[in-house]
Amino acid sequence: MKRVWLPLACLVAFGACGSAGASTDERTITIEIEHSAFIPTDVYVRSGERVRFVVVNNDPIDHEFIVGDEHIQLIHEEGTERHHGARDGEISVPAGATRATSYTFEEAGRLLYGCHLPLHYDYGMRGDITIR
Amino acid sequence: MRRALLCLSLSALFVMGIAAPALACGGLVNPNGTVSLLRTSTFVGYFDGVEHYVTSFEFAGGGEKFGSIVPLPGVPTDVKRAGDWTLQRLAEEVAPPVFEAALADGDERAAASGVEVILETKIDALDITIVKGGGDSVGRWAKEEGFALTPDAPEILDFYARRSPYFMAASFDVGRAEDLEQSIGDGTPIHLTIPTDRPWVPLRILSLGRKPQATVSADVFLLTDRAPTLLPAPKPKDTPRGMVLERSEEAPSLLLTDLRGDKGMDWIPPADAWFTYLRIDKRAGKLVHDLAVSVNGGEPNWRDAGYVLPPVDEAPSDESLLGTLFIVAAGTAAVGLLIRRKVRSVAR
Repeated sequence: MKRVWLPLACLVAFGACGSAGASTDERTITIEIEHSAFIPTDVYVRSGERVRFVVVNNDPIDHEFIVGDEHIQLIHEEGTERHHGARDGEISVPAGATRATSYTFEEAGRLLYGCHLPLHYDYGMRGDITIR
Repeated sequence: MRRALLCLSLSALFVMGIAAPALACGGLVNPNGTVSLLRTSTFVGYFDGVEHYVTSFEFAGGGEKFGSIVPLPGVPTDVKRAGDWTLQRLAEEVAPPVFEAALADGDERAAASGVEVILETKIDALDITIVKGGGDSVGRWAKEEGFALTPDAPEILDFYARRSPYFMAASFDVGRAEDLEQSIGDGTPIHLTIPTDRPWVPLRILSLGRKPQATVSADVFLLTDRAPTLLPAPKPKDTPRGMVLERSEEAPSLLLTDLRGDKGMDWIPPADAWFTYLRIDKRAGKLVHDLAVSVNGGEPNWRDAGYVLPPVDEAPSDESLLGTLFIVAAGTAAVGLLIRRKVRSVAR
């Protein structure tokens, strides 16, 4: 999977895309999907921060973007929910489409984001979120 | 006049998933995440500048649409039912181991995806569509047609589309299969006639839908009018893993006689052909190349093997469309090759 080095990830996370938020309290981070891989695969945010993720699917197949800890990822990996969008940090992204979802990072720590369509997570569709 | 021949056969060319518990070939992604790998066999031949491509799609039952997509080296001018036992005969040759319809004009229904439908036809319960497009547009078209692509499909579609814009989609019509009383495992052989001048064999596509550590097993049979040069170079006989050259010899006359006896296979020469058998047992993650074949004494092209790809903005032209499956060396070439993918089932 393509990886973005820390400086770039930090750049993305801490301001480079900060102007497109849905509200003034949100910062926007853009996540691209290409060849069933998230770009970047590492994101850094601040605790207490609310982030709007804009997910751009450049693939001809559907994907999804799910934020959560390993338990949440496991639930989705084993789940049968076909479409996401009702909960913060969870969004389905049709082929060639761009969708957005927001999520508030309450505490410092580490979360993940992933796609749980069949075989996608195993294929490597995952990323790390470090909350500082 | 010198006879030129290329025969190639391979199995499970392009996995395209399905939304149902059944699939023609390659990999099937079921709703529960399992992958079922079935067998598809193909035989392609080249004679007087025309490639004959024969493949078989195996009916896997199920109640919904399912199928597969195969990248092609050029535009077929004819698609019809082929002989029934050619692939089996070839496989029996090396170890104790297909194929009619009138062409139809393509329609405009793929316009939304940017894919051009070159032709459509029906062979028994199979709906065959030849499309032309880029990796992204072919993927979108396939999705619109109901195929469920595996996550590695976008990258692999791009890999092939940068070398050839032609793909064949084959899907079973379950209703027609029932009308024809087809049973699970029944194969439907098809024969494509493809004018081309450079043969190559798609191997990477065999890894589609598989985990990197999974083993891809395939038998490749090549028949030419002389010993071919291959890229990558195969490993010597009896090597446990990899792409292994098990046999390379003058084609037995009995084999040629038997192959010529099958329906529609009289283009195979009665004598003076070279027989090559390649056994492939390789991890899917390592199978990132195709097989380039040179039958005119020259070196195979690295691009044809997939080691070097054209720039993204360099769209394949009609003259260079021989991309994905095989390349036949001009005029004199005579290659016969068959890949038989072994039946496997992988549960995840």
